[in-house]
Amino acid sequence: MDEQSVFIAGAAGEGIQTIGDVVARAFLAHGYPVFAVQEYESRIRGGNSSHRLRVASAPANAPRRDADVLLALNPEARDHYAPDLRAGGTLVASEAADERTIVVPFHDLAVEHGGSGLYANAVAAGALAAVLGLPIEIVVRTLTTAVARHGEAAVAGNASSAEAGFEAARTALGGRAPKPLPARENVYTFVSAHDVIPLAAAAAGCRFMSAYPMSPSTGIITAFARDPKLGVFVEQAEDEIAAIEMALGASAAGARAMTATSGGGFALMVESLSLAGMIETPIVVVLGQRPGPATGLPTRTAQEDLLFAIHAGHGETPRLVFAPADPQDAIQKTIRAFDLADRYQIPAIVLSDQFLADSRFSLPALSLPSEIPDAYLADPGTIDGEYRRYALTEDGVSPRLYLGQAENLVYLDSDEHTEEGHITEDVRVVRPSMVEKRLEKGRRLRGEIAPPSRNRDEDAETILLGWGSTKGAIDEAVVRLRGAGRRVGALHFTELWPLPEIAWRDDVDYWTVEGNATGQLARLLGSDGDLRIEGRIGRYDGLPLDATTIVEALA
Amino acid sequence: MTTTQDYRNQIENQWCPGCPNYGILTALERALVALGRAPHEVCLVSGIGQAAKLPHYLRCHAWNGLHGRAIPAAIGIHVANPALATIVTSGDGDLYGEGGNHLLHAFRRNPDITVIVHDNRIYALTKGQASPTTPRGEPTRLQFDGVEIDPAQMLATAVVHGCTFVARGFAGDLEGLSTLLARAIAHRGLSFVDVIQPCITWGKHPLAWYRERVVPVPAGHDAADRSAALGLALDSPDRFPVGVLYETAEKPVFAESYRARVGDGPLARLPRMERAAIEARLAAFVVNKD
Repeated sequence: MDEQSVFIAGAAGEGIQTIGDVVARAFLAHGYPVFAVQEYESRIRGGNSSHRLRVASAPANAPRRDADVLLALNPEARDHYAPDLRAGGTLVASEAADERTIVVPFHDLAVEHGGSGLYANAVAAGALAAVLGLPIEIVVRTLTTAVARHGEAAVAGNASSAEAGFEAARTALGGRAPKPLPARENVYTFVSAHDVIPLAAAAAGCRFMSAYPMSPSTGIITAFARDPKLGVFVEQAEDEIAAIEMALGASAAGARAMTATSGGGFALMVESLSLAGMIETPIVVVLGQRPGPATGLPTRTAQEDLLFAIHAGHGETPRLVFAPADPQDAIQKTIRAFDLADRYQIPAIVLSDQFLADSRFSLPALSLPSEIPDAYLADPGTIDGEYRRYALTEDGVSPRLYLGQAENLVYLDSDEHTEEGHITEDVRVVRPSMVEKRLEKGRRLRGEIAPPSRNRDEDAETILLGWGSTKGAIDEAVVRLRGAGRRVGALHFTELWPLPEIAWRDDVDYWTVEGNATGQLARLLGSDGDLRIEGRIGRYDGLPLDATTIVEALA
Repeated sequence: MTTTQDYRNQIENQWCPGCPNYGILTALERALVALGRAPHEVCLVSGIGQAAKLPHYLRCHAWNGLHGRAIPAAIGIHVANPALATIVTSGDGDLYGEGGNHLLHAFRRNPDITVIVHDNRIYALTKGQASPTTPRGEPTRLQFDGVEIDPAQMLATAVVHGCTFVARGFAGDLEGLSTLLARAIAHRGLSFVDVIQPCITWGKHPLAWYRERVVPVPAGHDAADRSAALGLALDSPDRFPVGVLYETAEKPVFAESYRARVGDGPLARLPRMERAAIEARLAAFVVNKD
């Protein structure tokens, strides 16, 4: 099939999520991969929101800036998103905007055929099936599964409404109606990164999650709360400071613990991140980025907190910063974050963003890493004499006992402390040796960090440097630019701090590609090596980076 | 058998000689011994300030964390390892000022921890500024013409917000305080003890001034009577009823429902989630052809 970019647009609360879900699942059930991303305003009702589906023969897990089909649930949405509809694209709406509009009276058909205006979403889904060549039986089957728990009347109302929408659109399309797409055997996992982070955390042994609700991170604590069998203690804290402090307390008492937040909440956690470094207590923090400064655009996406995540905290102490590229990568990075946080007794930050939180990818079956190590707790039986929580060792990592693990007493102190964990002002010997101890862990940690992934960089003249959630867009841009005869490749960072060592080449032009205005990766790489950046491509309007933005910037 | 010697360590005490904090330290030590708690069954948690140094002076597990943040850390510790007697011991500036929000919500949560506030009505470590409990009108080293805002009423706030054990103690009464702290630690749920601990360096009144104004809670006081407790909590600014103001067992303890699901013991000892159970959840995201 030809790739189709479908924007389903309407007001918050009007049903764009439901319509997008049904159409996406119907395509997937028919054997076609879908990439779905939502963009919406920070409100409960009204405004303009869109659910964007990208359907193709092979997975295209990146956003498209323009639409081939725009289904508008109301005239405001139609006018708002009309500029995104490509020339020659198809508009589906309740009322005609021009002679090419596929007119489908969503509400009226629902009342007429389903017996209630409530089924307008089913009419819309049926209409989209007609426009996209999706057999209506598949849509009806998907709807039936989705609403079965509401009873037979709901099933029947949805089915007849979807069929009415399908017929109305087919009639309006006339000769333009596409041939039905053949069924395919392909099966996909349809999932977002935030769907899997809680599961990965549970697989890693996480037992404690405290957080304060903040878009786009709220789904993570919610997933734990929805699934009590995961056995994770869940607490909504009174603020983000309490959230991270509870998790740190739990971690010090032996539980693998995490929290999740966004920029403003992360700002409140900063002092406690410094504490985690000082008391050498592991913690995993998911930082779901959104555009700032301050409250910014609460429901939109950005990559503006890379340097903040790396540097947030007073004093000097090692930490880990990862930025997964997609849901499968989010599983790996979450589990690795718990593992390395424990092994080095440090805070680990997993950077996601609203795009990763709210986008569903079509992927092969998801997998867990073959080995998931246990927490690296010391065996009290091997400790001679008085236990020293901060015993000086060659690699800086002290044998860790948790509070109450054994008769050995554990002292954790935010002051500079002795090996035993007591306050000290010994500036001649103890202070310098404790600073060195902590920094040695960072030096060792750097050896654990994976280099950036490589995409056709061997013969490239131009190399795109990206990080985190923009991988799909960058890889697509590489394909398109190669297709246009440009020798372009990419290096993509998902493990960002400590910064991996890279041998930069002087025969290529490096361009950074990021969801921010100031080029944070460019500054990070530039400050740590002898890399010369040829150019920076940034998107900072609150929408996700897409391949077209990159291709146009390199034109 | 546990003795006071088990709780002694060799850490140099940084408090001023003669500070009533020593009274709280000794009373706490006696209370723990009276309860038969061994040092490894106790975790002291504090923030920052002179009072917050107490955990260093008692031989048991300890978390001396950030200013104002002892309570959320203590809650996390207690949830993860409920076998520990988790006791917050910190000052009025730390727990009522910097960390006031956490205390407010701890009252609502009712975690099975003890909160001992060394209430000296002054910021001592930063050399004499007003604390949340400094009386209105009292001159300080920053509020030179006298404090112009009202003192916090945390005992009353505790009663109002459903704290299940609310008490006032006096650092000058070792016997009474150790008995009171033992009751507080034994209480199941949040016990909150505001201990009058006059600052001998920056305080306006000497210990003797408080001694004259400390009175026992009236003999007939019913600790289950919330209104009566509120009256005693507020009382007059120059009269301090000492003892248990309010106590109830009729409120669920924080994390009880979670513990009913996963059982007792440290979370670190629970088996990890089975791999197959996680894989099944991941597989549920596959869109099948049905």
